[in-house]
Amino acid sequence: MSAPLPPAGGSPDVLVTADDAPGVSLWRAAGSRLRRNPTAIVGAVIVLAFVVVALVAPLLTPYQPGSAEWSGDVTPTSVPGPSDDHLLGLDRFGSDLFTQLVYGARQSLVYGVVATAIGLAFGAALGIVSGGAIAVGGRPGVWIDNVVMRVVDIMLSVPSLLLAVSIAAVLGQNSYAIMIAIGAAQVPIFARLLRGSMLAQGRSDYVLAAEALGIRKRKIVMSHVLPNSIGPTVVQATLNLATAIIEVAALSFLGLGQPDPAVAEWGRMLVAAQDRFEAAPQLALLPGAAIAITALGFTLFGEALREALDPRSRR
Amino acid sequence: MSRARTATRPDEPLLSVRDLSVRFGLRGQESFAAVDEVSFDINPGQHLAIVGESGSGKSVTALAVMGLLPSRGVQVSGEVLYRGTDLLTCDRRAMSRLRGSEIAMVFQDPMTSLNPVVTIGRQVAEVVQRHLKVSRSEAFERGVDLLTRVGIPDAGRRMKEYPHQLSGGMRQRVLIAIGLACEPKLLIADEPTTALDVTIQAQVLEVLKELVADTDAALLMITHDLGVVAGLCDDVRVMYSGRIVESADRDRLFAEPRHPYTGGLLRSIPRLDSPRGQRLTPIPGSPTQTIPWEQGCAFAPRCAHRADQCTDSAPPLEQSEGRALRCFHPLTGAASQQEAP
Amino acid sequence: MLRFALRRLALLVPVLLGLSVLLFVWVRALPGEPARSLLGQRATPEGIARVNEVYGFNDPLLQQYGSYVWALLRGDFGSSIKTGQPVLESFIEKFPGTVELGVAALLFAVVLGIPLGYYAARHQGRLLDTTIVSGSLIGVVTPVFFLAILLKLVFANWLDLLPTSQRQDPRIDATHITNFYVLDGLLTREWDAALDALTHLVLPAVALGTIPLAIIVRITRAAVADVLNEDYVRTAESKGLSRMLVSRRHILRNAMLPVMTTIGLQAGLLFSGAVLTESVFAWNGIGRFLFDSIGQRDYPVLQGYILLIAIIYALINLTVDMAYGVVDPRVRVS
Repeated sequence: MSAPLPPAGGSPDVLVTADDAPGVSLWRAAGSRLRRNPTAIVGAVIVLAFVVVALVAPLLTPYQPGSAEWSGDVTPTSVPGPSDDHLLGLDRFGSDLFTQLVYGARQSLVYGVVATAIGLAFGAALGIVSGGAIAVGGRPGVWIDNVVMRVVDIMLSVPSLLLAVSIAAVLGQNSYAIMIAIGAAQVPIFARLLRGSMLAQGRSDYVLAAEALGIRKRKIVMSHVLPNSIGPTVVQATLNLATAIIEVAALSFLGLGQPDPAVAEWGRMLVAAQDRFEAAPQLALLPGAAIAITALGFTLFGEALREALDPRSRR
Repeated sequence: MSRARTATRPDEPLLSVRDLSVRFGLRGQESFAAVDEVSFDINPGQHLAIVGESGSGKSVTALAVMGLLPSRGVQVSGEVLYRGTDLLTCDRRAMSRLRGSEIAMVFQDPMTSLNPVVTIGRQVAEVVQRHLKVSRSEAFERGVDLLTRVGIPDAGRRMKEYPHQLSGGMRQRVLIAIGLACEPKLLIADEPTTALDVTIQAQVLEVLKELVADTDAALLMITHDLGVVAGLCDDVRVMYSGRIVESADRDRLFAEPRHPYTGGLLRSIPRLDSPRGQRLTPIPGSPTQTIPWEQGCAFAPRCAHRADQCTDSAPPLEQSEGRALRCFHPLTGAASQQEAP
Repeated sequence: MLRFALRRLALLVPVLLGLSVLLFVWVRALPGEPARSLLGQRATPEGIARVNEVYGFNDPLLQQYGSYVWALLRGDFGSSIKTGQPVLESFIEKFPGTVELGVAALLFAVVLGIPLGYYAARHQGRLLDTTIVSGSLIGVVTPVFFLAILLKLVFANWLDLLPTSQRQDPRIDATHITNFYVLDGLLTREWDAALDALTHLVLPAVALGTIPLAIIVRITRAAVADVLNEDYVRTAESKGLSRMLVSRRHILRNAMLPVMTTIGLQAGLLFSGAVLTESVFAWNGIGRFLFDSIGQRDYPVLQGYILLIAIIYALINLTVDMAYGVVDPRVRVS
């Protein structure tokens, strides 16, 4: 069609921001798009609320997680509900439910961020080695890429939760084991993604032009191909924070989670509440909702980020 | 073919477009007129060209006639009368009965206009099956026949192939076969050769010309290429920035263009009768250098004949001697041919 | 097509071999000496000696790996520490339950997800679209086990509508031929047994199928939205074809391509989800057995099941890729 259709909802000032500061402009333009996207704002608000609650948990509640605050009886069929002292009542072990929830946020934040950081660090490293080797080329390059990709294939051949389960089983039941297990299960995802976008970038004309100018391939890869390929990986990391938080809870559900009762953890709260459902549904509903809402926040923000970084995907 | 067709009186136009406007823009936003009060008639068997650069609104006009514009963010007004029925207001069912059978369209890009996962045969036969109410095998037979007529060798085998197995020229022939499959009364061809190699363009154009002549269809040719117009069309409407700026029959338009834009278009194509050594002169600037018609002549920023008047008010479309012109300072006589901008 | 399948199968060999090495190392990397960790709390000196004997833990590593692979090739995937039942035997016994559940979940996801995604794309920006998109977002972020518990609470405890545990009411004396209970009921014409198995299937399938459903809705919506902008859809509309034919032959057939690839990936999600869902609904399948084995640290079962699941997962993806070739002629040729 020869008549230009005006972009629906597109605003010309995005193009203007793209002009200044080469190198940062893509991210800047993305930032300005994010600020105008309601999805991004909702996601950011949820994430921010989650982080703040996690950081200031001790200020929000006078109680300690895991400590029994109730002198009376807490039996499976009688769990004290909300009262003046306890905003949301107690759980079946007599701990303050609100305290457990806010400290649980802390746990989820640490687990989620560290696990994703582990996955991102090792996955990106594998991706760079693989994608870089291909881009630099030659027989050794192809060979290195082949080896790395077969390792990634092996990791991907097992469904990710089972991979995490097996790693957690080896490392024993502690915080590090959980974070490493969840993080390791993410490694192949990041590796594949980064390699893929590096390959796509490596075929683009500007790389060809740089090669024609006689710039060393290694330098092209590190200073041109990599920075231009990192976008989708950052998006994936945001989305993976959601997955990580859910999988931490899943490990708890499978009995491979943090065993220390003094550490509040949403997944374990859910498991403990499972058989007390009729008597006190809030014990399961609240931690479950907390997991889902937090995951929703990261997902919304990640999706918005993806759109902002790839204007073509907008419609 | 046994199909009841209402007889058209020879003096009645087949298609009559009246004050057609198409505005783009989502609700609450400032809208933009891609097509602005365009009117023209096509008589049975007549070949009409709408000429203009990209962005002139010519393709949007064609899509509006076919009812193929997206419904969201688009406002269409005016009338598109096909044998007295307004296509803009008739219901979807009636419209889909007309499409492909009475009014058909050949699209611009053969690489993207065919469904990649459906065989050529089915894409040709489905339109036959839909409108001529024939069996699947009859539709297939007719498809083979159509492909042969548009010059595709070994049509029986090609019917079973997929678009990616055909060259661009072959695919465009398939699109022409689809367009003419039910022998429509009106064929709209939207830049049917633009996406092809120059050598293929001529062949495909020849096929189109022959088939249109064979079927007595009226043709609405959308193009930016006056060379295409010269070989194919009787009448020409020149569009600029959504409005018709000049309207004349082919011979008079080529011999004596009146609008500076038409003159510019003519000077930018090679001609057999132009003096040796004369260079082709492109129209300066680009179609994006325009002013809204409300403030004057949209072509004024690029026009060598621009006067103060041109940017003060919009020139009206004035009829005289069977042609129409929207210009305060038209080209005259020799100036229209020789003068450099 | 056959060559494509054979090549893909050949590519599978190094992956599975690599996985077998990892699983072999894995058992030996478990905390404590392998025999002790295999036996767990039941470890006695005699038991340890016996396990060392049976598993050859005293032999050189390479020899151990050799005999492990040799055993695998003969179909010996080890035996449960707890019951002594061969892993392969229990897997075959319990696999139909998981397949039944997985197929039901996938059917739920596909049958509901594709139309929802299609309608959302066709009504982009309207209320219907916003509702479907928001719903699918919630579906993606809700943990499987949370949803399972929730469904159980609402439908069993509050509404008392649907059964929430096991695959069939044990009081029904059903004949089982294939161990796909619904199918068995149909084959033997025991309609009540089939119906009972079906009602037992509803909640677990919904719990397990919700995330795949949400993903399929999102992918379908994006794919249909892309295809709607394609020129060939306009060509189809210009032919005056019925709306039904345009959407089926010209829009959906193209939009299904990206959806198909994700369905293969859903298989991995279903296996992970089955472990959680089956345990909530006491569903007799490999997922619940895995769940129990994790709790009992029955490592040979874990080791064998992971390998078996990897093989099946790979075969599912191979099938999906081949089906893709059938739908997309451009892949078929190259």
